[in-house]
Amino acid sequence: MASRDSDTQAPVPSALKILVAGGFGAGKTTLVGSVSEIAPLSTEEVMTEASYGVDDLSGVEAKSTTTVALDFGRITISESLVLYLFGTPGQERFWFMWEELSEGALGAIVLADTRRLETCFASVDFFERRGVPFVVAVNCFEGAHLYQPDEVREALSLDPTIPVVLTDARTRESSKEVLLTLVNRVAEQMAA
Amino acid sequence: MQAHDDYGHEGLPHHLPMREAGGGRPRPAPQPEEQASPEPEPPPGPEAGPLVRPYVIAQGRDHADTVKLDMISVVIAAKRAEVDEMELEPEQLRILELCRRPQSVAEVSAHLDIPVAVVKVLLSDLLNRGLALARAPYTAKSPVSRDVLQAVLDGIQRL
Repeated sequence: MASRDSDTQAPVPSALKILVAGGFGAGKTTLVGSVSEIAPLSTEEVMTEASYGVDDLSGVEAKSTTTVALDFGRITISESLVLYLFGTPGQERFWFMWEELSEGALGAIVLADTRRLETCFASVDFFERRGVPFVVAVNCFEGAHLYQPDEVREALSLDPTIPVVLTDARTRESSKEVLLTLVNRVAEQMAA
Repeated sequence: MQAHDDYGHEGLPHHLPMREAGGGRPRPAPQPEEQASPEPEPPPGPEAGPLVRPYVIAQGRDHADTVKLDMISVVIAAKRAEVDEMELEPEQLRILELCRRPQSVAEVSAHLDIPVAVVKVLLSDLLNRGLALARAPYTAKSPVSRDVLQAVLDGIQRL
């Protein structure tokens, strides 16, 4: 990495990321927006699904490109530390994206929508297998039947140590609690 | 928001679908690298280079001279660098302008509406010229310390 010695140069902060996963419409961007200091930004990555990095005109027809939109927000922790929250595309077909995103992630929040709980199964599977610390946040939608955390834990066959919390992703206080639960979970695992 | 006093319900008519523990049922993906077949496809990591054909604005450079940058590598314009505007692309000048304050690669991409892969190429050129500085994020190889975790907790509390 390029670096130069200079008395006047401000230090470059380090960054951390937390992933917010879950099915389409589970409230990922809502949660990110409720705690982010900036309106959630969206960046688009054009990914070639069939063959990576191949720049050959032959076989072009066989490749399919997918544009994956990633919404993210930012929390400046200090002059030397910035935390980014990435809403990750929930569909299983974007798993190749999760690989890159989960690399070095502090942890993940799986947003569960009990009206369509199965839409978060793939995320739970992924983080479980990769050993990424995660918590499950049940987003309580208006009009939806309200389940107890233990019911969700059971339906997801979660390890008893994985926190399950109810949340309203629209409110900052509620989303803060989810984040704190996750970071505490990371701290616990570090101490273990 | 449904009232929370609805919470202590019983006699559940609603059934949640069940996930098999450990993601038991076979799936084509996601497959962790470790469990991949003996000769796996190269994973689409950051080292895979630009996944889109570099734009004309990237002057056809490929990843050979690309500094390894992550989505959340943080970049800042070098303070006392002398910028020869004629040598740079307009997009690079916009990047330097934006990076007077620390910005991640993802933020640069979003603010300037340039795909991440192209931002990485443009940025690595700026880094090689000494016009910008970057810091790699925490990774599995350089995990966070307790102090950093505490700082994160404090920072979230302050929100």
